[in-house]
Amino acid sequence: MRRYFGRKLLIYGLTFFVAVTINWMIPRFMPGDPVSSMLSRANVAQPAAVEAMRAHYTAMFGFDLPLWQQYLNFWGALLKGDLGISIWLFPTPVTDVIVRAVPYTLGLLIPSILLSWFAGNRFGAFAARRKWLDNSVLPIGYVLTATPYMWLAILLAWALGIVAGIFPVAGAYGFDLQASWSWTFLGSLAQHWFLPFASLFLVAFGGWAIGMRNMITYELEADYVNYLRALGAPMRLVRRYAFRNAILPQVTGLALQLGVLVAGALVTEIVFSYPGLGHLILQAIQNQDFFLLQGAFLFIVIGVLIANFVIDIAYVLVDPRTRTGMGGTA
Amino acid sequence: MRNRSRFLIPVLAAGLLSAACSGGSGSSTPAAPAGDAAGGGAAAPAGGGAFPRNETLYTSGTQWGPPANWNPLREWDFATGTKGLAYETLFMYDPNTDKFSPWLAESGDWTGDLEYTLKLRQGVTWSDGKPFTADDVIFTFELGKMETVPYHPLWDWMKSAEKVDDHTVKFTFATANHQEWANHLYSRAIVPKHLWEGRSEDEVMNGVNEKPVGTGPYAYQSHDQDRMVWVKRDGWWATKALNKDVKPKYIVDIVNSSNEVAMGLLLQKGLDLSNNFLPGIANLVKGNFGIKTFYDQPPYMLSANTTWMWFNTAKKPMDDKEFRKAVAYAIDTKKIVEGVYGNLVKASDPSGLLPQWDKYVDKNVTSTLGFSYNPDKAKQLLADAGYKDRNGDGLVESPSGAKISLKLIVPAGWTDWMEAARVISSSAKAAGIDIEADFPDYNALVDVRNQGKFDLVLNNDKQLANTPWLYYDYLFRLPVQKLQSTTNYGRYENKRAWELTQQLDQVKPEDLPGMQKIASELQKIQLEDMPVVPLWYNGLWSQTTNGAWKNWPSSAPNTPKYPPTVWRNWLEMGGTLMLTELQPASGG
Repeated sequence: MRRYFGRKLLIYGLTFFVAVTINWMIPRFMPGDPVSSMLSRANVAQPAAVEAMRAHYTAMFGFDLPLWQQYLNFWGALLKGDLGISIWLFPTPVTDVIVRAVPYTLGLLIPSILLSWFAGNRFGAFAARRKWLDNSVLPIGYVLTATPYMWLAILLAWALGIVAGIFPVAGAYGFDLQASWSWTFLGSLAQHWFLPFASLFLVAFGGWAIGMRNMITYELEADYVNYLRALGAPMRLVRRYAFRNAILPQVTGLALQLGVLVAGALVTEIVFSYPGLGHLILQAIQNQDFFLLQGAFLFIVIGVLIANFVIDIAYVLVDPRTRTGMGGTA
Repeated sequence: MRNRSRFLIPVLAAGLLSAACSGGSGSSTPAAPAGDAAGGGAAAPAGGGAFPRNETLYTSGTQWGPPANWNPLREWDFATGTKGLAYETLFMYDPNTDKFSPWLAESGDWTGDLEYTLKLRQGVTWSDGKPFTADDVIFTFELGKMETVPYHPLWDWMKSAEKVDDHTVKFTFATANHQEWANHLYSRAIVPKHLWEGRSEDEVMNGVNEKPVGTGPYAYQSHDQDRMVWVKRDGWWATKALNKDVKPKYIVDIVNSSNEVAMGLLLQKGLDLSNNFLPGIANLVKGNFGIKTFYDQPPYMLSANTTWMWFNTAKKPMDDKEFRKAVAYAIDTKKIVEGVYGNLVKASDPSGLLPQWDKYVDKNVTSTLGFSYNPDKAKQLLADAGYKDRNGDGLVESPSGAKISLKLIVPAGWTDWMEAARVISSSAKAAGIDIEADFPDYNALVDVRNQGKFDLVLNNDKQLANTPWLYYDYLFRLPVQKLQSTTNYGRYENKRAWELTQQLDQVKPEDLPGMQKIASELQKIQLEDMPVVPLWYNGLWSQTTNGAWKNWPSSAPNTPKYPPTVWRNWLEMGGTLMLTELQPASGG
């Protein structure tokens, strides 16, 4: 057991190091200089004043140091939990910007991932046993899972937001409200949350349903099923065994899909102007905000790694074979 | 069973696709059906803890990101309204009438060649109850002694700011730059000395300044990632002193997200004032959608700034003024105004001065030297200067035989400018000049522009203000530095023009003939040398709805004429006064 987790942790540590390094490098290889564009927005007339400000901000952000020094300082600050100051939202610390955005992103991601996974698997298993469902509804699943997140989001916004007028198409809650624990506010929050959630949920749901349906049809033709049937076991029991076997690849699939889902959430947020991380990343790129970009990516890297770790643990619990494997060595 | 389902898949998929496609095209046309359909969409009716609709003004178009600071010295990124709603200036300036009106100051006069005396208004208090005095004004100007404060260069020609009594300040100067000083008088937000004293340079320039304490009509209420909320404050001095009162109790400024969102909110009347550029708004103004602009016909908007095309005069062949002139004649501006903007903007005068500055334009100079779209004239100019098409590709080569192929850069994503750049490129090619439109990322563009590594670039950095000196400073400032980050991107060197610009700065604003004389000489140099080509005037983008508020500024009789905007640095040019003229749409 210890060796299994030790090896996993080592791999996660390495991934983290490499990913964070790449995140640090990417913005620095983009053309342009963030201080220049910040000052060009400042639109100060006198060149002398601009020069003084340039020197000040270049030193403040540490861009005057050699690259290797900047890199070391970055790790030093990171280990102290300091992600720097946002250039775009100057002078807000990056940590504050991200902490404000993360609840919205998690509020979209966690329910859509978990619900689509549970519902998709249940529905896929259910559909595999009903011919009419299998013939008519599953094709829709194929279409859904092949739909780009952004496209489905735009479609939903247009149909349910603009034409039907049921849901709002922008923001996290009504512009006439203030954050509070009132029912009006919570209702507005839910109303604004629904469409981005639905677009994420539907795409992922289609994928899981198809996967599960294929697994179940495969499992139902396996030898052990035929054997059980020959013994006269009730169909309920047979299906339960088939479902348990079919769920394992789906757990692996969940781990593999996490990155895609996060990317989907980012795009969806942009479509709905939902104030989460996706929105921030777009703005950070447009404004060459190195620190915000690093911070947002760092959060995503950590999030995906933690989720993968959780799935690893879950795997140990659901798949007895992993336990036996570990038992032999630990 | 498998076979049948395989047959069904394409059918279903095709059905979904076609449904989706018709949906997509429907949403891209101007959102005509959205108006009535989306009735109560985003703006839910007011409930507990909400802002009552009839007391709230919804604005948008200033903020491109979450409100991040309330520091009035950060004039480019403070939260909407920091200067104007919370902090106030000494004077107000109305660009439409070219009039200064005393605001925090009661009066101000030049009491000597190099001495300006300012009388302050009595009875003004900060929102924390402390009185506003001469000390605050002196303190604010002295903050400029810090190097990183943007108005630091003021101290190159200002000698001192002294207190005469509690409500009188005497400024003495080394050089009397009248034009610039007039600009400072209405641009500098006065901050309270008793709270700002002792702040370090870093805190002054980079401080967030949460909970701003100002003299203005509004106080900070709350903010979130997508909005900034101000609440009306009791005891604003102007209510007593000038009998002016701001009408909305709350002002909610919504952070820009996308044009579609802004358009949707406007149509639902969830937004009272949108200061975004919304392409195609002319159709909505003409149709019956309840959306109004300043003029009800082209150009619909007041003009706010000029878009210029800069030549990099340090490069060949842009160092040749004959070539530059030929380019100016080759640009089909009318096609940009009509085709790209649908008449939302106005073609520029050859001088490039905004319509509000028309009195400074010497019509004799612009009629003899001015240029207009004329491809034949462009070809003629090129031929006369020795630019000929030697290899028969329809594009000219330079007199030395070198190939000419230039790039006009505009930032990627600025769709209207990208389209305009394409028009420029095709009309220049028709005249035989090889100009390609190129769209680098904004930051990359700033980089090459400042370093002088471009051929041609579009720019509109300088906004309407009290003096055309600002534009000439932008065009002719010397010396050329290694990085030209704010002015003279083309690295055009003309000592005479720069001398005249400095002279213009020292003419008193009341001396109209004096200003006209120098401006005329500058226009002559500008049109003879053509270091830049003025193209069109961008609008003071402003769309209003009257669901909750009426009496918006417009060209119609008996309406206010202030610039209808809450953009940064425009509230002191009339935006605040606009708020005092608004009336609730229903009843009194």
